[in-house]
Amino acid sequence: MAEIKFNDIIKPENLVYKRSKVLTDNVMHYCPGCGHGTVHNVLAEVIEEEGLQSRTIGITPVGCSVLMYNYLDIDFQEAAHGRAPALATAVKRLMPDKFVFSYQGDGDLAAIGTAETIHTCNRGENILMLFINNGIYGMTGGQMAPTTLEGMKSSTSPYGRDVAMMGAPIKMADIVAMLPGTCFVTRHSVNTASGVKKLKRALKKAVQYQNEKRGTCFIEVVSNCPSGWKMTPVESNKWMEENMIPFYPLGDIKVPAE
Amino acid sequence: MKGNEAIAEAAIRAGADGYFGYPITPQSEILEYLMEANPQARTGMVVLQAESEVAAINMVYGGAACGKKVLTSSSSPGISLKQEGITYIAGAELPCLIVNVVRGGPGLGTIQPAQSDYFQAVKGGGHGDYHLIVLAPSSVQEMADFVELGFDLAFKYRNPVMILSDGAIGQMMEKVYLKPQKERSTEILPWATTGKPETRERNIITSLDLDAARQEKFNLKLVAKYNEIKQKEVRFEEFLTDDAEYILVAYGTSARICQKAIKLARAEGIKVGLLRPITLFPYPSRRLNEMALKVRGMLAVEMSTGQMVEDVMLAVNGKTRVAHFGRMGGIIPTPEEVVENLKKFIKG
Repeated sequence: MAEIKFNDIIKPENLVYKRSKVLTDNVMHYCPGCGHGTVHNVLAEVIEEEGLQSRTIGITPVGCSVLMYNYLDIDFQEAAHGRAPALATAVKRLMPDKFVFSYQGDGDLAAIGTAETIHTCNRGENILMLFINNGIYGMTGGQMAPTTLEGMKSSTSPYGRDVAMMGAPIKMADIVAMLPGTCFVTRHSVNTASGVKKLKRALKKAVQYQNEKRGTCFIEVVSNCPSGWKMTPVESNKWMEENMIPFYPLGDIKVPAE
Repeated sequence: MKGNEAIAEAAIRAGADGYFGYPITPQSEILEYLMEANPQARTGMVVLQAESEVAAINMVYGGAACGKKVLTSSSSPGISLKQEGITYIAGAELPCLIVNVVRGGPGLGTIQPAQSDYFQAVKGGGHGDYHLIVLAPSSVQEMADFVELGFDLAFKYRNPVMILSDGAIGQMMEKVYLKPQKERSTEILPWATTGKPETRERNIITSLDLDAARQEKFNLKLVAKYNEIKQKEVRFEEFLTDDAEYILVAYGTSARICQKAIKLARAEGIKVGLLRPITLFPYPSRRLNEMALKVRGMLAVEMSTGQMVEDVMLAVNGKTRVAHFGRMGGIIPTPEEVVENLKKFIKG
């Protein structure tokens, strides 16, 4: 095989990967190594490939991804902390032919918004709930989240999470999978290329199920927080693989009957 | 029909797209009526019982952000829970209708009628510099009429509107003329999040701006809007004020009591009239200020410890005597009590 020079690589005919048209030109504010950017990218690709741009409404949370609306070229609503599923419920009920997703972190979805999460899933709203679980409050500077692992240090659990005092980490995907309203509950990560591909496949399934009005799709992405965990991006991915994923195992938790 | 039922039927007929609520006395009939009337079949209107008042107001936020005609209703403790959503809606400049059928407080308080949520409705309620447009019905007819008026004002100014009623008007039965059914709007509003076509930029509904200078500019834009509302939307009603030496100032249920009290007082030779604010924000301050020079005093009659009376004082700015008479805890004053307290006020 002939050697490919740099100037040849960037020629359009040699492009293997390209930037989704659904991504805007804004520079993302996320820390180096953070999973949010990758999830945004995959979601943008799916919206583009499925032809959903003109009928998608996204609901952003409070947390690191509060400014997500700057990065995807679609209509967005910015919710109060924890309330994204309530907004999404109304949007979908009032405009059933739109593609509606909420995007939330662990503090948003699993602490302050628990009631909205549970009841939206229980009603089986035809929306996609995307849940980014990095076990910490990133935006406010690394406080303990409901999903913080036992013994894990944070700025509000400086000696490690003491389960007897602070409660145990909560597995939201497993909880919502028990509700009859959810049709598809699955857990992924974006620390590997194959993980990214699997997430993309799951997102495409969620689009299909929403089109078929089968109920709530809940996709959890176990992610890292290099800044909050006080690690380099590489260290944080390794720590995630060794600690987070064993507690939050990847794979489908609930799939609809085909 | 009941005041609460009038609100519900008027919402369907006004062409509302959605109602999101949670049960609380004394306004549960609104949700019950809407569920039974099945507006989904009649007009396609969505009615949903939410898991909490917090969820309900955030459903209203989501629906309003799509440019839809949406409303919620509750009573005092529930309205407190909705304040988070209300300030976001005001901050995102979205139209919607919020009905508060007030009961006595603070806390869980009582289920009887009161007017003790005036400050919360008129002065803010949630955090940040914002105002609701506040309408105060004093009859079942006005409960019905103010639904459509409220939606019109909400969309005209892209601002949340509150109907500040109370348990008495909510539960009271009166004859009411209902307008014919209006078609639900199919118009796609240019600012609404309805999915981004290639022909426009994406629409983002948010109340967040991390840039201080831009946020201040936005605050000033809101001030300009509120000033325009103060110029154009003040509504009030006067009763026997032409020759009045004393003015009772009262809204809602209290205004009805005051009308009877005025008849009793006039039979005794006391020249007294009523100014009934219909909009509580914007407040009829200018009219009260004009009247202040011609009268000997103004008595604010409220079912509270004295909230609206502060706006009367601000309006007259020392030009005449102002005092307050009120009953609380769910007690509605009698016309005789009002006359008795008016006489005390006249004696000074």
